[in-house]
Amino acid sequence: MNISDIIKPENKVYAKSKLLLDKEMHYCPGCSHGTIHKIIAETIDELNIQEQVIGISPVGCAVLAYDYIDIDWQEAAHGRAPALATAIKRLYPDKYVFTYQGDGDLASIGTGEIVHVCNRGDNVTVIFVNNAIYGMTGGQMAPTTLEGMKTATTPKGRSHISSGFPMKITEMLALLPGVVYATRQSVDTPAAERKAKKSMIKAFKSQKLKKGTSFIEIVSTCNSGWKMTPVEANTWMRENMFPVFPPGDIKDETGL
Amino acid sequence: MAVRGAIEVDVELCKGCGVCIVNCPTGAIVLSKSVNGKGYNYSYMDDPEKCTGCTNCAAVCPDTVITVYRVKI
Repeated sequence: MNISDIIKPENKVYAKSKLLLDKEMHYCPGCSHGTIHKIIAETIDELNIQEQVIGISPVGCAVLAYDYIDIDWQEAAHGRAPALATAIKRLYPDKYVFTYQGDGDLASIGTGEIVHVCNRGDNVTVIFVNNAIYGMTGGQMAPTTLEGMKTATTPKGRSHISSGFPMKITEMLALLPGVVYATRQSVDTPAAERKAKKSMIKAFKSQKLKKGTSFIEIVSTCNSGWKMTPVEANTWMRENMFPVFPPGDIKDETGL
Repeated sequence: MAVRGAIEVDVELCKGCGVCIVNCPTGAIVLSKSVNGKGYNYSYMDDPEKCTGCTNCAAVCPDTVITVYRVKI
């Protein structure tokens, strides 16, 4: 059988989601952000809620997320995405609202905002991309940086004596009664990617139930910041990040 | 029932990260020796006989440059 016999519109089993715009992504080769954008677009496409979704893009590498997914967006000041999400959700209670934040944004400058949105239990979804580093500004230490991990600001490796421990923000937030769903996923393998998408569908569906905040942490890579190839970075993540940030559901009271 | 698959890579958008290659269960994808307009070695289907159209490569592609086709034979 010739390839031209296989490559026909009727045999298509996977194509780029129509919600992903044609603009070329500015992310480094192999960056997890691209894969996470893809599952967000596919989730919204599958639930057929394109007209009802408002995303809040962060400060960090994903600051230009609004260029890539064809939905309504609002850009937030650094760390303030959860506060903006609260405002938008209260003005438009029937819309689906989600924030997309990195670890520097959510776990450092925006710690106050995220704790309070979860404590209020606002019906928004938080997508937390944890790559243990400040990627955009050149690989400085973030609150989630692993102990002993070398970054631009911890050249001898992070020490808890001077810089504290890696912050397990998802476990912390899962303690709050306002959080209905807290899970940690990754997108390094096809199986993990499909599982992450399932959890994202659950999180968006739980917004309609009005039970509380849904929080998805995605353990991801920053191969440029970690100074590895994309494939090495995925392996390094599995070997070093998963013991500290184990994937799986931490709390699920959605009933879905 | 046997299946045959094929992938189409948007060569100019591929950044050659190689994530699809390690996630291909049959080893059908390799990186090209030539480069695209941006200077990246792009991935392509080296051995069409091996592809089963499982969509694993497309699922992990950060830039979503892979389209997958599958046919039952």
